[in-house]
Amino acid sequence: MSATQTRHPGLNLGSNHQSADDRAETEVFGFWVFMMSDAILFGLLMATYVVMRPNTNGGPGPHDLFELKSIFIETMLLLASSVAIGFSHLALKHEDRPTKMVIWLVVAMALALAFVGFEIHDFLKMAGKGGVPQASGFLSAFFALVPLHGLHVSAACLWGLAILGQLARYGLDDGVKVSMVRLAVLWHFLDLVWIGIFSLVYIGGLA
Amino acid sequence: MTDWGFPFGRLTLDAIPLSDIVTAHGRTELLSGITGSAAAGAAVLGALVALVIVTWKGWWKPLWSDWLTSVDHKKIGIMYIVFSFVMLARALAEAFVMRMQQVVGHDGGGIVMPEHFAQLFSTHGTIMIFFMAMPFLTGMINYVMPLQIGARDVAFPVLNSVSLMLTVAGGIILMVSLVLEPFSTGGWSGYPPYTEAAFNPGAGPDYWIWAVTLSSLGTTFTGINFAVTIYKKRCPGMTLMRMPLFTWTALCTSILMIFAMPPLTIATALLALDRYLDFHLFTNGGGGNMMNYANLFWLFGHPEVYILILPAFGVWSEVFSTFSGKTLYGYTALVIATMAIAVLSFTVWVHHFFTMGQSANLNAAFGIATMLIGVPTGVKIYDWMLTMYRGRVRISVPMLYALAFLFLFTIGGLSGILLANPTIDYQTHNTLFLVAHFHNMLIPGLLFGMIAGYTMWFPKAFGFRLDEKWGYRAAWCWIFGFMGAFFPLYALGLMGMPRRMADYFTGAWLPWTVVALAGAGLIVLAFTFLLVQLRVSVRDRARLAVPVGDPWDGRSLEWGLPAPPPEWNFPALPRVEGRDAFATLKMTGEDLGPPDDGYEDIRMPKNAVLGPVIGALGTGLAFALTWYLWWLALPLAALVPVVLIAQGFRRDTEKVIPAHEVRETWRAFRALAARTPRVSRRAEYTRDNRGHAIPMPQEAAE
Repeated sequence: MSATQTRHPGLNLGSNHQSADDRAETEVFGFWVFMMSDAILFGLLMATYVVMRPNTNGGPGPHDLFELKSIFIETMLLLASSVAIGFSHLALKHEDRPTKMVIWLVVAMALALAFVGFEIHDFLKMAGKGGVPQASGFLSAFFALVPLHGLHVSAACLWGLAILGQLARYGLDDGVKVSMVRLAVLWHFLDLVWIGIFSLVYIGGLA
Repeated sequence: MTDWGFPFGRLTLDAIPLSDIVTAHGRTELLSGITGSAAAGAAVLGALVALVIVTWKGWWKPLWSDWLTSVDHKKIGIMYIVFSFVMLARALAEAFVMRMQQVVGHDGGGIVMPEHFAQLFSTHGTIMIFFMAMPFLTGMINYVMPLQIGARDVAFPVLNSVSLMLTVAGGIILMVSLVLEPFSTGGWSGYPPYTEAAFNPGAGPDYWIWAVTLSSLGTTFTGINFAVTIYKKRCPGMTLMRMPLFTWTALCTSILMIFAMPPLTIATALLALDRYLDFHLFTNGGGGNMMNYANLFWLFGHPEVYILILPAFGVWSEVFSTFSGKTLYGYTALVIATMAIAVLSFTVWVHHFFTMGQSANLNAAFGIATMLIGVPTGVKIYDWMLTMYRGRVRISVPMLYALAFLFLFTIGGLSGILLANPTIDYQTHNTLFLVAHFHNMLIPGLLFGMIAGYTMWFPKAFGFRLDEKWGYRAAWCWIFGFMGAFFPLYALGLMGMPRRMADYFTGAWLPWTVVALAGAGLIVLAFTFLLVQLRVSVRDRARLAVPVGDPWDGRSLEWGLPAPPPEWNFPALPRVEGRDAFATLKMTGEDLGPPDDGYEDIRMPKNAVLGPVIGALGTGLAFALTWYLWWLALPLAALVPVVLIAQGFRRDTEKVIPAHEVRETWRAFRALAARTPRVSRRAEYTRDNRGHAIPMPQEAAE
């Protein structure tokens, strides 16, 4: 194995993490495949949204419900959290001690939770204007897609907490390292999905 | 929400089939109630007998620690296939009742009410696809594929166990629906708006939704697991183009599972949102769009039929090559054809609803794409025929199935080409012609393939052959039973008889339904013969023993291992030099042992309880959601992430098999092989076959 060989797509641990890098070859590759499957899930929900967009059933439409300012803040929060998880991963790869990795992971989680908070606030505001999923096909499709992304983000935060727990219990062992790489893949994936949602659901809805 | 559904939710005494007898008015209702109660009774009795036997024999501990918590791909494979046989028994019985109904239901009446009949065809289809065919092929791939690529296990052994248990959970939900009625009446495809709360507010469609969702999650994980195994776990030298064809089809099927199962998950999840939370995704009113369901469902449903058929094509490739004593003809063409089918399978879904209102041009495009699939499939048929050409063909039991497959599958394919033409489809859609067509593909194609594979690999898994006499009897019954049961349906379809019809008043149909019933009877007999064969084979296992593990002069790596193989499969990871790796090795008189006795410690995964725990949670959650037991559903749902997080904290997940144990096991096996006389192909079906084959070229030279 040459030192520069990458074992799987995307973020790698590198050869100085030998045994963890070996494990990552299968586990992170497997996680990528899982992401491909998840991408189909989101892709179909986006397609469903595009199909259902005109079906407002006399109820509120995108122009009545979407507020770009709030969406913009959410987007910035999520993008920033992706940057933070990137730093966390770099710290994992290059530092011997986990301190910086933990700090950046906590920052990423805080930003992601702020995102979820803003999103819930948006949903409540929409509901106040009659924008509930039961109102129309358009809103049904919206609420099938967007909260699923928020649920993924929340689950990713929960996973981050679990990894911190494992770190406290076992130290920076191979299990923690490989989990961190997978978590980072998920994080960036959710960012990409959000870009899709932002473009198709919000910008597309308001266009 | 103040109503927690405690304790029984919307579950009432009406759910018990016996209540249908009590409230029956008239003969048909009474018979229908008796039929349903008998089925429920059989399910309860079967479960009780199983429990008593396990308790009586003291099998709980071995059942738990050797099987249910095992993550060994071989044991998981066997459990999948046992499960699929149980489900096959039920779905077959339902098919027989339906055939019976279409005979006695002439001029109205009969033995089951239309509502009951609708449940029968819904469960029959759902079981046969999700809980018979899928587990059968998943079990087969699980057992065989890692052995064929020289791996010790799949890439994610614990996930493998989770997949199995999710599938079993769905099966349990279906069995429960027999005792606590009703199941869905919406067919295996569950089209809204008929399955929406407005028309079908009962528990039926919810049973269907959760059973199918559990199965689709399990299958997605299976697909990921198999694909990663094939990409990452091949032994040195096992390049992609050296893989046995069964492994190639396993790879294509896995890729289809990864991409085709999510649409099903989405379809069922959105339908659940409609039913539970009053969403308007597929409803008539409120801006719903039911056509979107048809698209989502068949975006899954069409690749699904290739998920089903491709592994069978893999089995056929192994059968034709092994029992012709020749290497496979046109290996590269077969690989390309398999991949072509996998890709094309995503481009044809609209042909499932040509009549549902899209433009003629769109239909034409999808019709042409559909016909295109006939090309790679035709390539395969010719390759298999040319594999037999100038080979020393033995009409073994798997080969008998294979020959029947060649003829019958081609007939089914031709009827498919007819249906692919939208103008013809307008005449035949929703008739028994269609039912005849897809049974014509799935029984001779998939089911015969699975039974042939079961016959071929059974000795590898258990160390003894399946009795051939009963094997031939079962095979002939399957073949003629299939023809009897389904060829009349082509005629009935062309005469205009719709599918899913409980009673009718057209006398001209009756003779054909009688023939179909006779065919169904023959199929029930065929299944019984398979069970007899198993019983006889277990009894006569000393006569049928093949401990050296190569009863058919096999060509791929798995035949070089003892039967049954040890938990760690290979004494050392093999090094492969070409295709038909074991056939080559045999010619030089070598074996799969390590060069220079280089035995090493082997690390194997430990048992895990995650699979059974997730399975139990899945079963409970599905049941609670179906009957509105919110007090139960909520804690069970909350437990799922807790269990997953706990799994993340597991560290001590591997055990070490010491090198000396590996060495002793392998040396004992080689010593056994050395003192076991080799057997020629003439004596394949005799007592002399102890699984030590003379390679075909050597035998031919003598």
